[in-house]
Amino acid sequence: MQLDQLYQEIILDHYKHPHGRGLREAVDPDARVGEAHHVNPTCGDEITVRVATDGKVFTDISYDGVGCSISQASASVLHELLRGRAADDAATVHEAFVELMSGRGQVTPDEEVLGDGVAFAGVARYPARVKCALLSWMAFKDAAARAGVGVSPTEVKA
Amino acid sequence: MTTIAIPSGMPQYDDVPRFDVATVRADFPILDREVNGHRLVYLDSANTSHKPRQVLDVLAEHYAMHNANVSRSVHTLGTEATEAYEGARAKIATFINAPSVDEVVFTKNSTEAINIVAYAFSNASLRPDADPRFRLGPGDEIVISEMEHHSNIVPWQLLAERTGATLRWFPLTDHGRLDESGLEELVTERTKIVSLVHMSNILGTVNATARITQRVREVGALLLLDCSQSVPHLPMDVVDYDADFIVFTGHKMCGPTGIGVLWGRGELLAAMPPVFGGGSMIETVSMARSTFAAPPARFEAGTPPIAEAVALGAAVDYLTGIGMRAIQWHEKELTAYALDALATVPGLRIFGPNVPVGRGGTISFALGDIHPHDVGQVLDSLGVQVRVGHHCAKPVCTRFGVPAMTRASFYLYTTMDEIDALVAGLEQVRKVFD
Repeated sequence: MQLDQLYQEIILDHYKHPHGRGLREAVDPDARVGEAHHVNPTCGDEITVRVATDGKVFTDISYDGVGCSISQASASVLHELLRGRAADDAATVHEAFVELMSGRGQVTPDEEVLGDGVAFAGVARYPARVKCALLSWMAFKDAAARAGVGVSPTEVKA
Repeated sequence: MTTIAIPSGMPQYDDVPRFDVATVRADFPILDREVNGHRLVYLDSANTSHKPRQVLDVLAEHYAMHNANVSRSVHTLGTEATEAYEGARAKIATFINAPSVDEVVFTKNSTEAINIVAYAFSNASLRPDADPRFRLGPGDEIVISEMEHHSNIVPWQLLAERTGATLRWFPLTDHGRLDESGLEELVTERTKIVSLVHMSNILGTVNATARITQRVREVGALLLLDCSQSVPHLPMDVVDYDADFIVFTGHKMCGPTGIGVLWGRGELLAAMPPVFGGGSMIETVSMARSTFAAPPARFEAGTPPIAEAVALGAAVDYLTGIGMRAIQWHEKELTAYALDALATVPGLRIFGPNVPVGRGGTISFALGDIHPHDVGQVLDSLGVQVRVGHHCAKPVCTRFGVPAMTRASFYLYTTMDEIDALVAGLEQVRKVFD
């Protein structure tokens, strides 16, 4: 196994220097806020994702959690990619990431859509770690739904 | 180096029974394989053990030559299968020094064995004429510990919910031992059953049970020991331990998956109502009601895992041939070596006893702040197989303030070279994540 395919520099960088970490209150008092707490029961990883939205745009995505490098880096990338995006735009990215992670390494990611998320292409080859990568993304989907914004109809087939 | 002579008349170092590990390893085909381009270093025997050829051959031979259902056929194959199945039961009874072969109930695994006891309590609690030792209600108490595997927590939580009884538990000390300081207040006349792990699957702690057993007898409660991690690794004598029930599982002791054991005192099993209803467990059946067979059949409804039971008998033969004292000593030496070796790894913290006394060859640890999943992944790339996660003992992780741990566990085929490979692998982990 090629360990560096799994632990790409981008992933380790997001893990060691996470972007946007920490749960934040919404700046706009009228914002709709949704929060979801997800756990990976097999390994004990946990994440809480909170979204703030005006109904059209995700004005903030904040998160906090404990877990492995893959799950924590993935949350950092999620924050980078989706914060400030319109809901339908975010849905496209979300769908692309879930497709990449469900693809068992057979999906070629589009960097235009996924940005740093392409670094997770190697993770898709390790079935035991796919759930780690998707943890924050599934929590985000629930949090967005609770804020009244549907994100992605895609179900995970990991 | 100074040599300290053990006074004559005392047990000498060379008196300890030993075996040749290389010879033993040759019995396990899987140990020859490679993983990710490296030789396999299997340090996950607490999860499941490997199986020697002697066991695999018996499993295949049973299906190839003696396959038939048990306890219901007059034909030759049926007789052979029944004799093999009951012969395995007798071997297991001898292995744990059970006073009677009828005290050995075959189950799927330890989890099922514990659930059978819990549901026997549950069913007895619904019947006013049931043995009062198994009747539970509000005011009665069930005692477990913070050290348990989920399989010795959840069945009792569910039983407490069904009956209105209260669940209580022993806490842990910072060294990962049972805190028995509150024994008298915890185990009282209200206690109906104490169900404790004999050896922790996560901390490696081997619990000294004598004081607790004495208290259990004083208050007239029952004692169940979860021996999933101890029966494979040390000599077990149910008479000496003075337990009421013990449970263990075949796949952790060189046997196949799908077969486990509930041992119970004969008179207790006889007093327990059935749990699963079906074929083989009855005495007579009419459309309105049934009467039930004596134990162990009463608790073995349906066609049992026959070949698996027979192969577990072969596993017991294999372990007995090497000697449980010798296996216990081998693992003690490995544990002492591993504790010393792991102490040289910067930033490594061991959870549980850090001396090779009152513990077995299962060692959980943290490596700095590096998540166990990442530790396990890098080790796997080097062929080193460890378990990571909460090990189905989440309360233990919570007790020590971590979401997960990395665990290395040993068995009779483990070598000191493999512990060296673990320590070298941990250096590699630090390089990737520091």
